[in-house]
Amino acid sequence: MIKINGEFFDYSQIPLLQFLEENGYNRVTIAVERNEEIVPKSTYDTCILQDGDIVEIVSFVGGG
Amino acid sequence: MKKDTFTLGGKEFSSRFILGSGKYSLELIKAAVENAGAEIITLAVRRTNTKDTENILDYIPDNVTLLPNTSGARDAKEAVRIARMSRELGCGDFVKVEIMQDSKYLLPENYETIKATQILADEGFIVLPYMYPDLNVARELQRAGAAAVMPLASPIGSNKGLATKDFIQILIDEIDLPIIVDAGIGRPSQACEAMEMGAAAIMSNTAIATARDIPAMAGAFKQAIEAGRAAYLSGLGRVLERGASASDPLTGFLRD
Repeated sequence: MIKINGEFFDYSQIPLLQFLEENGYNRVTIAVERNEEIVPKSTYDTCILQDGDIVEIVSFVGGG
Repeated sequence: MKKDTFTLGGKEFSSRFILGSGKYSLELIKAAVENAGAEIITLAVRRTNTKDTENILDYIPDNVTLLPNTSGARDAKEAVRIARMSRELGCGDFVKVEIMQDSKYLLPENYETIKATQILADEGFIVLPYMYPDLNVARELQRAGAAAVMPLASPIGSNKGLATKDFIQILIDEIDLPIIVDAGIGRPSQACEAMEMGAAAIMSNTAIATARDIPAMAGAFKQAIEAGRAAYLSGLGRVLERGASASDPLTGFLRD
């Protein structure tokens, strides 16, 4: 299972880009953190999420 | 005459009004930013909602410096993670460290803020820590590499004004960093007062977002902040604690 934004996905592994495309994420307006480390945008195409990974995908929103 | 500006992270700003972007509709953010003349806008970082088709950055003018906050962080570690995410979102190195554990009063965790400030300053961020006005903590924040200090005036979103006025004045008098009053300012007059005290800048969000006419209120705040700054630079007149001092001549009265 891979945990992404608090939700569990039943994959043993999946390329990050594939996950982003299949789930409607716009790679331009997001940042990705995997196991508490930032995934640089330049490495999105080679990053493969693995079983047990905890991933956060975030964007800017309004805030004070 | 030299223009009155202040510098943060090597950038020069002529507006002393920092605007928050929370609690508005997207269309109103643009109007508010323009009427405020704000050159710095704060943003938050949250898990992406793929159903949101709009990008807040499209509503913020290009010349504005973005100041992401670490709201949501409960400790230094979470604040550092959020700051790194915000930098990865590609809008510069500024970050407002905001660490809260108490959801009732939203008072910042001063000591976690010092820790986060140290780590982030060492990583090259321009750190603006949001804090409860305490001179000792402000000194630690300065030592930790903060670019400014942001003491709260009263609880976030309360519109209550300068409840911590005297303690903000102490920071202005003793800390050689821009003091940016943030949180709880509810009226332009309060923003003006903080500027008269010598604050470097004011940040406000709710006072504008809860006004009946948001762009107009942003404009009112802009004028108030400019007036307060001009008053401060003009040198405020002294206060007589007792008695009066006549403003009219004491001779030539119409009597013998």
